Amino acid sequence: MKKLGNLREHPGFISLMASLLSILTGLVFGLVLLLILNPANAFAGMGNMLSNGIRDMGNVLYSSTPLIMAGLCIAFAYKVGLFNIGASGQYTMGAFFALVCAIGFQLPWPVCLLAAILGGAIWGFFPGFFKAKFNVNEVLTGILFNWIGMNLVNFLIPNLVIGGNGMLSTNWGGSASDRTAALADANPSAILPRLGLNKLFHYSYMNIGFILAILVAVLCWVILRKTVFGYELRACGLNRNAAQYAGINANKNIVLSMVISGALAGLGGGFYYLAGGGQLNLLQEISSVGFDGISVALLASCNPIACIFSAIFVSYINLGGIAMQSQGYATEATQIVISVIIYLAAFSLLMQTKIAGFLKRSGKKQKKEGVK
Amino acid sequence: MNLAEAAKNPEYVIEMLHITKEFPGIKANDDITLQLRKGEIHALLGENGAGKSTLMSVLFGLYQPEQGEIRKNGQVVQIRDPNDANDLNIGMVHQHFKLVECFSVLDNIILGVEDTKMGFLQKRAARKKVLALSEKYGLKVDPDALIQDISVGMQQRVEILKMLYRDNEILIFDEPTAVLTPQEIDELMQIMKDFAAEGKSILFISHKLAEIMAVADRCTVLRKGKYIGTVDTKDTTMEQLSAMMVGRQVNFKVDKQDAKPGEVVLDVQHVTVPSKVHKNNAVRDVSFQVRSGEIVCIAGIEGNGQTEFGYALTGLEKQSHGTFTLCGHDISHATVRSRSKDGMSHVPEDRHKYGLVLDYSLEQNLVLQRYWQPDFRNGPFIKFDAVRQYADRLIGEFDIRSGQGAVTTARSMSGGNQQKAIVARELDKDPKLLLAVQPTRGLDVGAIEYIHSQLVRKRDEGAAVLLISLELDEVMNLSDRILVMYEGEIVGEFDPKTVTVEELGLYMAGAKRTEMNA
Repeated sequence: MKKLGNLREHPGFISLMASLLSILTGLVFGLVLLLILNPANAFAGMGNMLSNGIRDMGNVLYSSTPLIMAGLCIAFAYKVGLFNIGASGQYTMGAFFALVCAIGFQLPWPVCLLAAILGGAIWGFFPGFFKAKFNVNEVLTGILFNWIGMNLVNFLIPNLVIGGNGMLSTNWGGSASDRTAALADANPSAILPRLGLNKLFHYSYMNIGFILAILVAVLCWVILRKTVFGYELRACGLNRNAAQYAGINANKNIVLSMVISGALAGLGGGFYYLAGGGQLNLLQEISSVGFDGISVALLASCNPIACIFSAIFVSYINLGGIAMQSQGYATEATQIVISVIIYLAAFSLLMQTKIAGFLKRSGKKQKKEGVK
Repeated sequence: MNLAEAAKNPEYVIEMLHITKEFPGIKANDDITLQLRKGEIHALLGENGAGKSTLMSVLFGLYQPEQGEIRKNGQVVQIRDPNDANDLNIGMVHQHFKLVECFSVLDNIILGVEDTKMGFLQKRAARKKVLALSEKYGLKVDPDALIQDISVGMQQRVEILKMLYRDNEILIFDEPTAVLTPQEIDELMQIMKDFAAEGKSILFISHKLAEIMAVADRCTVLRKGKYIGTVDTKDTTMEQLSAMMVGRQVNFKVDKQDAKPGEVVLDVQHVTVPSKVHKNNAVRDVSFQVRSGEIVCIAGIEGNGQTEFGYALTGLEKQSHGTFTLCGHDISHATVRSRSKDGMSHVPEDRHKYGLVLDYSLEQNLVLQRYWQPDFRNGPFIKFDAVRQYADRLIGEFDIRSGQGAVTTARSMSGGNQQKAIVARELDKDPKLLLAVQPTRGLDVGAIEYIHSQLVRKRDEGAAVLLISLELDEVMNLSDRILVMYEGEIVGEFDPKTVTVEELGLYMAGAKRTEMNA
């Protein structure tokens, strides 16, 4: 009984309960929306949505990998008091660097991943540098660099010729001229090893990227929580004046944390496009992964470890939404439902205070009754 | 007086009976009773963290007490939020003003009780009423000035007018004198007396005994969340009050031997610092020296360049001219970290802005100036055991009190203990030069006594202490030499044994000056 009482007051328990309750609220609202949009199929649609992710766990985990990285990217910068809205651009640059190494230079996957890190880091450097040097808001630079990155990549991919070969699918025996070559055609050694994970999870593209993403999340947590560097970074984020007073070079830390944040997003791009399933499209639209990363990070209260779970949740709901379409819901409708669920799930902080208050009151009541 | 009359006209206008309010790890108010008579000035006295502000927040509806009740004119009332308090004619001037910086004085006063006609603001009547009130009580304000452009004293008048505009009868003043100049304090005291004479009832939160003795009729004392007693000020003395407040006898006079100045530790030559708020220089061609084993104090009225000088000396801002030499090293352009390594400690003026990372734990704050040293790191990793041990030692040595010890969030600690933590951290660095800027601002007598004795101890151990203070008592009590700063210049140097407070005041106000050639 005493142990249970201790558990009830543990902050971890309360925040877990809060997250679960928020998710439940989100699902109930989602169901209500489905009932309004198309009452006949609402329960079947919801059922599809919830069961699809469980049936297709491999795909959920596979799709969550870039989301984990995007979430870590946002969370890391946020801990230092920066809002890295340029995650999409950094993700795209990471993907581009990885693909140049893979298709253009025919290099193996570890080198391609390092290139992805480099690409994201370079694109993260700019917002950090301009913030530190000229006090330009990182949100402004981040948004502009999203556009610059996307257009640069769209311009370079069809025009870049390395070793006599282009990067487009058509250069490697494919039929589509609006995307990069499939790695299976161009350079199988650049595809991330699957190590049997594809068989384990019954999803052919499942690979070690997911495992690596988890390791990176743990690494982020260790850096922020256990190291002197993390102590400095968080001090800068929590109180820049006090950090300066303590002799911490705040400007250096701003640039460094944006570089790391960008590298995380870039690595996410590498994970996705080196899996063998994705080909970089030449679309006039900024990748949505960076923005999904914001919800992942906020759902996780910017805790790197929690980012893993929130990314899996977002990926699960996203895939579920696609399955819902078979019950006659339009893509737009499913998008609305997905957004509502994720939005409400982010209310966990509010829930947390409510639960803590409730537990305290009920705990007191028990104590009083015990005394009586 | 018969019973019916007593019910209609009870002795107390506000009664807070047996109030208990708990926060995690601490009972902020433990069975506290406070009774306010109509037309009296009632002081609420207690150390930082004694529960004064919590009790007033309960009365103002910001907190709900776990136990106890509040009565107005004998009737039990529920105060769930500040709107309820306002309906009961309770008004409050908070210690940190609640004003909208970019609004005009008039807009701030009517905020929340605006007259409107078809959705449009009607300010003419409000302006008339504000001007009438301002005339009647001598609270001079310009209704069209923006809050961000007026002085702190003026902002306080706006807060007072806000209460009067709402026809509040019960006025709470939370530490109202902390931010005022001596002249402004006198004015405020007179205004409070006028209010009381009119039948308004005043609750006056303070830990400045002299002010309580001067203005209050009765005084309720709290200590560590508990009710100690209520006394008539005319039957008591400052010594008795302070003993009630801290639970022991307090020394008002700092115990110290004569200084034995040694070699020059800090040499300041022709330092000029540009101002961030206006085009002129905040500090102009300042030169002086501080020797080991002495406490030199820079006195002056707020805003005469002392703050900027402190920032320049510690490296937080850049001087445009001049040099700082610390123990023979030129540190004029050194980084904050290297000045710190060279033996400079800094108790900053604003403990929340500079001194602490409020969302870090106490132990994390205690290593803020030395977390990078080999003692506390193992390669890239923090040695958590070493940090905890170090923090526990400082907590013990400097008697830093908090809810959960080393892991307490700094934000949740009382102001006095936050300041003790900063002083502990800075003194334990064994500085050659200690710069203390307003080290006792907003603290109670117990904490002040402690911090003063620590500064003297450092001096006796051979450190050079540079104190920047606005409190004349502190300046006279603590320093071995006094420099007066006026409009960014040093206008006089004095020996505290031979100079009078009046004389200093003339220099501080710019009425007199001596030409310095240091």
